[in-house]
Amino acid sequence: MNIVSRVTNIRGNGARAAGSRRDHKSPTLRSHDVKRVRAIVSTDETGKGGSGAGAPAGSAGTGRNLIQLITPDGERVSHPEFDPWVKDIGDEQLCSLYEDLTAIRRIDVEATALQRQGELGLWPPLLGQEAAQVGSARALRHDDFVFSSYRENGVAYCRGVDLTDILKVWRGNASSGWDPYTVNMATPQIIIGAQTLHATGYAMGIQNDGADSAAVTYFGDGATSEGDVNEALVFAASFQVPLVFFCSNNHWAISEPVRLQSHVQIADRASGFGIPSLRVDGNDVLAVMAATRVALDRARRGGGPTFIEAVTYRMGPHTTADDPTRYRDANELEDWAAKDPIDRVKTLLDRKGLLTEQFRQHVRDRADAVARELRAGCIGMPEPEAMDVFKHVYSAPNSWLDRQEDHYARYLASFGDPAGATSQEGAR
Amino acid sequence: MTQMTFARAINSGLRKSLENDPKVILMGEDIGTLGGVFRVTAGLQKDFGKHRVVDTPLAESAIIGTAIGLAYRGYRPVVEIQFDGFIYPAFDQIVSQVAKLHYRTQGAVKMPITIRVPFGGGIGSPEHHSESPEAYFTHTSGLRVVTVSNPQDAYTVIQQAIQSDDPVLYFEPKRRYHDKGEVDEGIDLRTATPMGEARVLTEGTDVTLVAYGPLVKTARDAATAAADEGISIEVIDLRSLAPVDYATVEASVRKTGRLVVTHEAGQSGGLGAEVAASITERCFYHLEAAPVRVTGFDVPYPYSKVEMHHLPSMDRILDGVDRALGRPNSLSGLEG
Ligand SMILES: Cc1ncc(C[n+]2csc(CCOP(=O)(O)OP(=O)(O)O)c2C)c(N)n1
Ligand SMILES: [Mg+2]
Repeated sequence: MNIVSRVTNIRGNGARAAGSRRDHKSPTLRSHDVKRVRAIVSTDETGKGGSGAGAPAGSAGTGRNLIQLITPDGERVSHPEFDPWVKDIGDEQLCSLYEDLTAIRRIDVEATALQRQGELGLWPPLLGQEAAQVGSARALRHDDFVFSSYRENGVAYCRGVDLTDILKVWRGNASSGWDPYTVNMATPQIIIGAQTLHATGYAMGIQNDGADSAAVTYFGDGATSEGDVNEALVFAASFQVPLVFFCSNNHWAISEPVRLQSHVQIADRASGFGIPSLRVDGNDVLAVMAATRVALDRARRGGGPTFIEAVTYRMGPHTTADDPTRYRDANELEDWAAKDPIDRVKTLLDRKGLLTEQFRQHVRDRADAVARELRAGCIGMPEPEAMDVFKHVYSAPNSWLDRQEDHYARYLASFGDPAGATSQEGAR
Repeated sequence: MTQMTFARAINSGLRKSLENDPKVILMGEDIGTLGGVFRVTAGLQKDFGKHRVVDTPLAESAIIGTAIGLAYRGYRPVVEIQFDGFIYPAFDQIVSQVAKLHYRTQGAVKMPITIRVPFGGGIGSPEHHSESPEAYFTHTSGLRVVTVSNPQDAYTVIQQAIQSDDPVLYFEPKRRYHDKGEVDEGIDLRTATPMGEARVLTEGTDVTLVAYGPLVKTARDAATAAADEGISIEVIDLRSLAPVDYATVEASVRKTGRLVVTHEAGQSGGLGAEVAASITERCFYHLEAAPVRVTGFDVPYPYSKVEMHHLPSMDRILDGVDRALGRPNSLSGLEG
């Protein structure tokens, strides 16, 4: 399969950031600078909520415009504060970002299809949120550590998680898909917001160790209402830990619009905790990357946490079990389709004359290959065995459980054919 | 009598409560516009308005905490926790506040809060969507805990729970939401079986089988299958988990001399332990054999491809029945 560009990107970033960032004079941003940035960011309206969403979240707050480097029309707009943070992203890197965006959309669409075909129990689509995930994940070093929600499967892909491993948990074949330490990314969190505290604690550890890596936590707009997230913000600020709070404001928490969660723009909440924040066009891969690099740089330099609100949109259902037509206006979706995160990069590449037929074919081939690998990996996944139920509950033998395991083994054996034990009634 | 699904019966009971008492107010995540992820509250916001059927921000501790404030103010909040596994952020408010306020205020403050919780597994879901946390709450003094097994009870008991001046956890067996049954919507709540009482579902003479919630159906199926083999099982739907109606269970065990208890929740410290111990205390000399528990294992709820092993099946229950009866079973030859 063709995931070379993804892997080299991770390594590339790691090698570069390991030493050079600190030495040469790259721009840094402290909290007082952030205020200045607010005044000069572009005035694009992206993220102010669709027509069907009523009053935009944040209309009552101080409000601020979005950091944007690529407009929805595919125009690269210059930005004195943030351009320097992506000056290494030349044509080749831009093409590679486009490739990743396209591959991830393909993964997502294929996984949705696999669910419809009964191969997955459930899938949480990330359709529309590709740029927020790719732009941020590709700003990370290998030794940074990610704590995400269930929706960041594009981030997992960028971290180098095997495609089959991404699906394992959604197929119901395992309690999680990968070893967090091999890719430095915790497995998806379903309890809304819990992971933000884990990231804060991990960052406390980094700080104690004197390392220059950072923790990054992804969560949704709905999650910002949970106590855990607010407590994480308190701890992170109190201890000034190297942490990036990355909030994907996709405007919905299942059926609840973001305005139910917050009366100010979500990014503006951070200031109440004493945490500097950035509000970025989450459908602009370059702007997301720039913002994430700003936040990471601050973290690595001992400047404490940063809160990023990536303003994006959940174009699909909450999960494959959800039917969004019951609660949201189709017009809203249309509005956001015009701000598609992939189309704008494509247009930009076209403007630059980079969208050759050869390159397009290459991108298509890669997406096809990824989809094939995903499907084959899903269907070919080994089935778990009955006695796997008892595995990994404890790190050392446990007498209660050992007894139950023994009894259940005897129970299965009493059927002669163990399959018979569950085929009749099973879980009914 | 009307044929309706389990989910629809709860919906109808909620509607009745909203109609009958202006102080009843529903709160939860996605319960309004969407009508809940299981559609249990479908149409209620449309008919009763946004102030009586409230979509809350995404915060369980706040849902329960504010329900307490509303109860202080004389309301009867009925809150939905979207799935069993999402009740824990609210655990502190339930255990430290909801359960204790009546005691703390020496009866001055009532907490007529109903906490609806879809619970149990068997629906092929990911982690946190299939748990059976009832024992955490039956262990907490000050709470009433009930669960229903059929549409009629679903309809009746939700209204009784709402009318109760004590806080009630109302566990809904989510894998039975689509099961249909006859419901008498004109039932008189005052003469209906009180929510604290257990019910004998099928009379039998050889063994008492106690079940609740989702496993009541499985237990009935087991009784039918056993009857073919000439074994007579008395099935009891426990209905109330705190307090347990031991009088009904005891009367049955005095007759059969044998007790099997089944639940999806893990075994240790569960309802089965409680029922077995209490019945042993109450009628030890009527027992012909040690009580048997057929339960989920002491493991985190497993991923969906293996969940059927964890969940007590009809066969596993029948194996337990055989054990209670001293017939050949999977543990024959082992002690205990
Ligand atoms: C503690 C908890 N409560 C409720 C849920 C059910 N739930 C799953 S996703 C979700 C909405 C999350 O919205 P948001 O944080 O905006 O993330 P998104 O799904 O939009 O990515 C809810 C309520 C849960 N998983 N955990
Ligand atoms: Mg959201």
